[in-house]
Amino acid sequence: MSAPGHSNLELLGVFSLLSVLAVGGGTAVLPEVKALTVDSYHWLSDDQFRDIYSLGQLAPGPNMLMVIVIGYHVAGTLGALLAFGGFFLPASILSFGVSRIWNHFEGSPWRLAVQRGLAPIVVGLMTAGVIAIGRTAITGATSLILAAAVFAVLYFGPKVNPALLILAGGVVGFFLLK
Amino acid sequence: MPPAAEPPPPAGPARRVPLGEIFLTFLAIGGVSFGGGVVAYLRNSLVASKRWLDKDQFLAALEISQAMPGLIATNMSVIVGDRLRGPLGSVAAFLGMTLPGSIIVFLLGLFYASHQGNPLVGSVLAGAGAAAVGLLATVTLQIGGKQLEHLLDLSIVAITVLLVSVFHVPLLFVLLTVGPVAIYLYRPRRPAADSAALAEKAD
Repeated sequence: MSAPGHSNLELLGVFSLLSVLAVGGGTAVLPEVKALTVDSYHWLSDDQFRDIYSLGQLAPGPNMLMVIVIGYHVAGTLGALLAFGGFFLPASILSFGVSRIWNHFEGSPWRLAVQRGLAPIVVGLMTAGVIAIGRTAITGATSLILAAAVFAVLYFGPKVNPALLILAGGVVGFFLLK
Repeated sequence: MPPAAEPPPPAGPARRVPLGEIFLTFLAIGGVSFGGGVVAYLRNSLVASKRWLDKDQFLAALEISQAMPGLIATNMSVIVGDRLRGPLGSVAAFLGMTLPGSIIVFLLGLFYASHQGNPLVGSVLAGAGAAAVGLLATVTLQIGGKQLEHLLDLSIVAITVLLVSVFHVPLLFVLLTVGPVAIYLYRPRRPAADSAALAEKAD
């Protein structure tokens, strides 16, 4: 926190940019969040990024609320508000505006082309998001087995609230990850 | 439930929905939805229990939410809030959707800031992070599974992953290069069935 006023503006700028880049949602923009906050601006270390991402998974609601913790880490309570507003307002305002004019595009064959073209990009970006968080969170055999076990339960097992599995992961970490 | 419950009119709810009700409804969704399951919660609440939208209206709002940048949860809250009560409805729904998680995340963040050096906190979060990777992988595969069946889709997925994860190309450039190419590859080519029907009508 060398120049507080400066980092406030940077926070707002970075998270507003991330907001409009978040095509496909939170997971899809995750690699870019990491690239900007860890590699470009050095606000966080790799481990802090993983920790804060994990914190975000413990809370309900939209899964990118962790930007609040990043903002707080950089510039205190004001930083938390700036990161939150920066990340959620631009996309929300865009959605608000577009939903009001959306019917003008009804029946345009290009709307389908945009949907079909963007769908695999979103899946690719989400995969890159899994890889980005995996690179910091999978540090050895224990964390790999833990991730695989959660995947197996959610994908093949009965319907479970994912939050319980995240909490269970925390308990396993408490005993086995040092 | 009354025996002859009227179906909701197609244009939206018949009565003026109070802002407080919008706020509380989204507060409940924002407070219980976890791990990518928000669409199911939204559908249950908005279509089934509140009947503020019919199925088609819900899907139309969902389509816009997905096409726009940002999170589906917050985009849906803004769009549905606007349908119900205009801009103020949007604000009420957005605040409801984000408030519970924001408060919890902020408190967790305060705790984290004061216990950062603590190895036990680090261990718990390392475990939660590893579990989150499993959760994210599941959500991604559930959404993307059908994209892996067609060669063209699969190629676009692979190129996107390569650019972002291996070559670390900034997201803006990925979207501006792969995006137009992918849309072009799926461009409308043959006259679709419905435009043929339109042409017939014109005759």
